[in-house]
Amino acid sequence: MENKQLVQILNLDGSLSNGNIVINEKLAIEMYKLLVINRVFDRKLVNMQRKGQIGTYASFEGQEASQVGSAMSLLEQDWMFPTYRDHAAMLTFGYEMVKIIWYWMGRIEGCIPPNHRNILPPYVPIATQIPQATGAAWASKYKNHDACSLVYFGDGATSEGDFHEGLNMASVFKAPVVFFCQNNGYAISVPYSRQTASETIAQKAIAYGMDNVRIDGNDVFAVYLTTKNALEAARSGKGPTLIEAVTYRYGPHTTADDASRYRSTEEGEAWKSRDPILRLEAYLSRQGLLNQDEQGSVYREAELLVNDGIKYALSIPKADPNIMFENVLSEKPWNVQEQESNFNRFMQRSSSIEFTEG
Amino acid sequence: MQRELNLVQALNEALDLLLTDDDKVLLLGQDIGKNGGVFRVTENLFNKFGDRRVVDTPLSEAGIVGCGIGMALNGLKPIAEIEFFGFIYPALEQILSHLSRLRMRTQGKYKVPLIIRAPYGAGVRAPELHSESIEALLFQSPGLKVVIPSNSYDAKGLLIAASESEDPVIFLEPMKIYRSIRHHVPEHRYTVPLGKANVLKEGSDITVISWGSMIWNVAHAAEQLEKSHGISLEIVDLRTLYPFDIETIQESIRKTRRAVIVHEAPLTGGVGAELVAVIQERMFSELRSPIKRITGFDVPVPQFSIEDYYLPSAERIVYEIEKMLVSLVR
Repeated sequence: MENKQLVQILNLDGSLSNGNIVINEKLAIEMYKLLVINRVFDRKLVNMQRKGQIGTYASFEGQEASQVGSAMSLLEQDWMFPTYRDHAAMLTFGYEMVKIIWYWMGRIEGCIPPNHRNILPPYVPIATQIPQATGAAWASKYKNHDACSLVYFGDGATSEGDFHEGLNMASVFKAPVVFFCQNNGYAISVPYSRQTASETIAQKAIAYGMDNVRIDGNDVFAVYLTTKNALEAARSGKGPTLIEAVTYRYGPHTTADDASRYRSTEEGEAWKSRDPILRLEAYLSRQGLLNQDEQGSVYREAELLVNDGIKYALSIPKADPNIMFENVLSEKPWNVQEQESNFNRFMQRSSSIEFTEG
Repeated sequence: MQRELNLVQALNEALDLLLTDDDKVLLLGQDIGKNGGVFRVTENLFNKFGDRRVVDTPLSEAGIVGCGIGMALNGLKPIAEIEFFGFIYPALEQILSHLSRLRMRTQGKYKVPLIIRAPYGAGVRAPELHSESIEALLFQSPGLKVVIPSNSYDAKGLLIAASESEDPVIFLEPMKIYRSIRHHVPEHRYTVPLGKANVLKEGSDITVISWGSMIWNVAHAAEQLEKSHGISLEIVDLRTLYPFDIETIQESIRKTRRAVIVHEAPLTGGVGAELVAVIQERMFSELRSPIKRITGFDVPVPQFSIEDYYLPSAERIVYEIEKMLVSLVR
């Protein structure tokens, strides 16, 4: 981790860096439960990939505090623009667990946002969600609607043109958007030093005339409070903020990658001493809010919840291939109609045809 | 006397009506505010509607389109202007990866009714890279509608229809005829349906399918061929490229049994190639001759000193059609 000053509230030993900060007990417990659920979820999905139950999967283990803490600070009416590694953020804000599993099973059902929540499906091409989050936030402002956008991206995304265009536009039009960068040090294999010569990502905001904060992304309190402040500023018309949350992904880029080719074991081990869950556990036990039994039951409940989600996800009927013809445009044009009916005749004639889904 | 407007005036009137009728409509683009657009399509709209509705943006194509997508997701009906179609490339990732797919990916939970307008095509002596006709690129991207008007009546009606559509629309404005073609344009709000071609001129011998400013080169060629050889062309103005109007095309060719396609984009992989393929698949036995394409060449649009040689001129269209007929007689 770079030495540049980080906002940190929760020390590694579970004490608070500032005696004046009061953390609501219920909130702290809720954070802990969400961190645990997401870690259990992530590990189980890695296992599902190994068993061939899902396709390639992008693990977020190590980054739970960044995602859970930031998503917890949203209000119901807000907009979330996640990437393919932000499942903990999505789950926290109300995206159904089963849909995230379906997403990695290659199912369109995994892309359909929940009712009553504006959570976009995961963005795959890097940084492309950033200008869209600006636009959605700008529209909220245009409509005098009290909603903000929270958009996630990584350190690699800051090298893309869309990062620049999205932040620049947001600052010019004072769009109520919070740009949340999880700087985990690597874009697949390419390290931070090859991504940018800027000492920090946060400082890039200065060029846009934008507020910025650099935080310990493994400190769920710092993440939550910083994001909450940034959202409040956005909501009150003060414009966007760039948050750089410094964190680390424990696993490879995806299950198709081998991180040992470009990262040392020692580096990974060093980061585990900063683990977001261990730190919160230390805090909670210091406060007398969590004993060994309670900790065990949080994990057991998380197991049950995730197992239920997986069971339900796997019970989905086989995908209907005809869904590919749906909702491309508001009305099916003649060419697609013809192609679909021809496909249907082919399928009837060849009723034995069945391709594997995985 | 009926009121006549050029394309710029008709488009301006359409935008004015759309802004007046629906607060969800707003315009985004470079120089569209005080300057009224580099071609003056948005003239006076800034004064009338203010900078909340008519927004001069940074010089940022991906930003404009990306913000437009975000606004459309959040219930607005933005109309973005890209200053020249040839400058759209930074926004292509937004268009191809998101604008065209978000409806499908979310199975209709989100609609993205963004219109992207852009001056299009060659023939106005513009500096290089201002004259591109890359409609085939967007034509091959399911999830978009691609519209190119050839006259002011259609321009107004198609733009209003585009705004009433739930779908993203790429609206290409042939800049060569922005001011040179005037037609009657009613003052009231009306639509010209998307997906419907227009038989601009009836004829009996050859169907010529075209769009944009090339329509008028075809019309001149038709006059010459009629005069010199007594050949009667039927001109089909496609108007919407995707999804194109197969019925009108078939109906026309059923009558003429010969087809020619004229477009200014390069030949290889152009929209004309798709039209040829579809026509021969459906009407092979009804055709009296191979389908002919008269197009720009497979080269980058050249510098303006020679752009008229690149474009399918009326003269080249006459020449190619004469050649086609001679080869048939032989």
